[in-house]
Amino acid sequence: MGGKKLKFAVGIGIILAVVIWEAVAGFQQSKTYYFTVNELISGKTARERVRVGGIVATDSIERHGSQVRFRLAQDASLLPVTYVGTDPLPDTFKGGAQAILEGEYAANGEFRAEKIQAKCASKYQATPPKGD
Amino acid sequence: MNQVGSAGLVAALAFARSAERATLAFFLMITVAVVALETSILSNDFHTAYVAAHSNKDLPVYYKIAVLWAGQEGSLLFWTWLLSIYGGLAVLLNHRKNRQLMPYVVAIILATGVFFTSVTFFVANPFSVLSVERAGGLLPLHPPEGNGLNPSLQYHPMVIHPPMLYLGYVGFVVPYAFAISALITKQLADNWIRVTRRWAMVPWMFLGVGIRWDPVENASLLPWLAATAFLHSVMIQEKRGMLKVWNMVLVMATFFLCIFGTFLTRSGIVSSVHAFAQSNIGIFFAVFLGIIIFFSLTLLFLRLDFLKSENRLDSVVSRESGFLFNNWILLAAVFAVLWGTIFPIISKAVEDKTVTVGPPYYNKTALPIGLLLLFLTGAGPLLAWRKTSFQSLRRNFTLPLAVAVVAGAGLFFAGIRDLYPWMALTLAIFVAACVLQEFYKGARTRQKIVGENFAHALYNLTMRNTRRYGGYVIHLGIVLLFVGFAGLAFKTEAKATMDKGDLLRVKDYVLRCEGISKGETPNYLYERAELSIVKDGRALGTVLPEKRLFKASQESISHVALRPSLAQDLYVVLAGNDEDTGKVLIQVFINPLVAWVWMGGLVVFLGTLLAMVPSRIERELEGLRRPVEEAIEEKHAF
Repeated sequence: MGGKKLKFAVGIGIILAVVIWEAVAGFQQSKTYYFTVNELISGKTARERVRVGGIVATDSIERHGSQVRFRLAQDASLLPVTYVGTDPLPDTFKGGAQAILEGEYAANGEFRAEKIQAKCASKYQATPPKGD
Repeated sequence: MNQVGSAGLVAALAFARSAERATLAFFLMITVAVVALETSILSNDFHTAYVAAHSNKDLPVYYKIAVLWAGQEGSLLFWTWLLSIYGGLAVLLNHRKNRQLMPYVVAIILATGVFFTSVTFFVANPFSVLSVERAGGLLPLHPPEGNGLNPSLQYHPMVIHPPMLYLGYVGFVVPYAFAISALITKQLADNWIRVTRRWAMVPWMFLGVGIRWDPVENASLLPWLAATAFLHSVMIQEKRGMLKVWNMVLVMATFFLCIFGTFLTRSGIVSSVHAFAQSNIGIFFAVFLGIIIFFSLTLLFLRLDFLKSENRLDSVVSRESGFLFNNWILLAAVFAVLWGTIFPIISKAVEDKTVTVGPPYYNKTALPIGLLLLFLTGAGPLLAWRKTSFQSLRRNFTLPLAVAVVAGAGLFFAGIRDLYPWMALTLAIFVAACVLQEFYKGARTRQKIVGENFAHALYNLTMRNTRRYGGYVIHLGIVLLFVGFAGLAFKTEAKATMDKGDLLRVKDYVLRCEGISKGETPNYLYERAELSIVKDGRALGTVLPEKRLFKASQESISHVALRPSLAQDLYVVLAGNDEDTGKVLIQVFINPLVAWVWMGGLVVFLGTLLAMVPSRIERELEGLRRPVEEAIEEKHAF
């Protein structure tokens, strides 16, 4: 009876070991720090592989050929961003949209975004309008 | 209409406190609320905040119906409505059966109903109206037009995706209710487990249909994995009287994960495309989840004496241990996905840094887990209960292994040499061989003994034990799904800025831009490219990808043009345009074997239906059991 339990335990042990090993590897490969604009700017350290969330500043989007520059805002803080990714920008990317950028934060304080996810803020959902 | 809807919610709250007939009243009242909201949506009543936020006048009617589940408030009401439907069905179908369990079943379902109705009514009421503050008073506000429906929902497959998921999530309340009732009443013989299993299969199927294979869909994957584990390990309890506590834990975990998934997607605590804006309903869900855990585990602890195992594991090479391995692997998958999903929250709490993980984490963990499961899908059913002898192993595995070796070598020489896709396809063939062999051997044996022809024998074999053979059909569907997933490894994409007359070559396809046009419908403006497709010198017609700008929301979305075939799907996307030159950016994706995912889903669906048909064996047993049960009923009648 003891032998059977041992065999069973060994089987499960091997499965779990493989899964955990792969999980740790995948985790190291894809773990990304997430900051808000304020946290990133006040941290002041250059970082590779970070995600930053904020709001695309209204009228800040400049397009020069295939290059796109804009600023990501949170309250009064503004983060200058250059988009260096290869995918076309999402349809939802426009001034006023909530955006999450993935890329590196350079020493000169500029964010080089490789991926951009954006979500439009809806007009009526958050708070009912007051006044006209 | 809004008053009627609100009155419906209030009446539902009042009725839900009482007994069985109240379940039907609860269903009727919530239906009133749903009809009221749909009426507001269809009649463009933008005075209602929810309608103003999620609909617009020129939205086509079928999308207007979908507005019901497009936002927070509406989707909670929809959830509650589905709950009331499941509750009503549970009451009607158990009119004469399971009489001792039913009072508690109804109580559990309605308690969940009270929670959802309360959140819908007090916190996220879809019937609240817009008003403006003027001259010291509140005046009603009637905007002339609404904000419009989220563009990503204005796409046919997306319209049915949320209801399927909800039908899955909500449905697990019934098996949970039966499990809890069995614990409360100490009716822990195998009756509750048969009822629970059947009720678990319906939501399991819907959840399976609703899941899109995408890391963001974690919330729906979690209960599905737990339920899959339950549907398998429940067989050990029925056949061998083992794992009774474990099965209880799995039913509870499945229900918990359903509510947890709703909590994740509704509270905005984990950011995803599905999350609605940060909202205050999170705390209510957190409390409800706490109550579920505390109540379930306390009850389980109090009844441990009634859940003793009747047998022990006899051998490592047996059906039982096959199921156990299956359970451990599924559970490992649940933890891996859960860990990735909630890690941002944990890291924020522990380190004050939010750390997120991306697709590589899920791929690395999901692939080996998925392949192990695929192997067991084929091998498990070939193992005998209790102990499998070497002779039986040789008899059952020789043919599938031989087929797999030949197929593996063939795939290798055909150029499929990446480890995971090669393993997935080879294993898929192995499993298909295992399953088909089971059908073949069973039918041959019947043919010899009963003397039927092969087709007749196959039919009778299946109908005699629908659970077993329905299960095998589901396994075949899983094989097709894995073939489809393996195809993902071979996808190709290309993109180009195109003008009229430009060519784009992708593998053996050539796309030619025949023209770019603009136009509008009442609901949106569009820019459309017309592209003709030629494959290997053969013309395949044209596709019309569009970029749509919805008038009400001023949001745009690319409408993908699709050319499906058995071997590969061609997706053509109009990704953007250059305003200066008038050229368009065209992206082309070749996704091999996608059609197999759809076929697999269909086969799983049909297999589940087959497994739910009462088999002849079960009906014979039922005939023996009924007099006994009726005698018990007599005793307990009041």
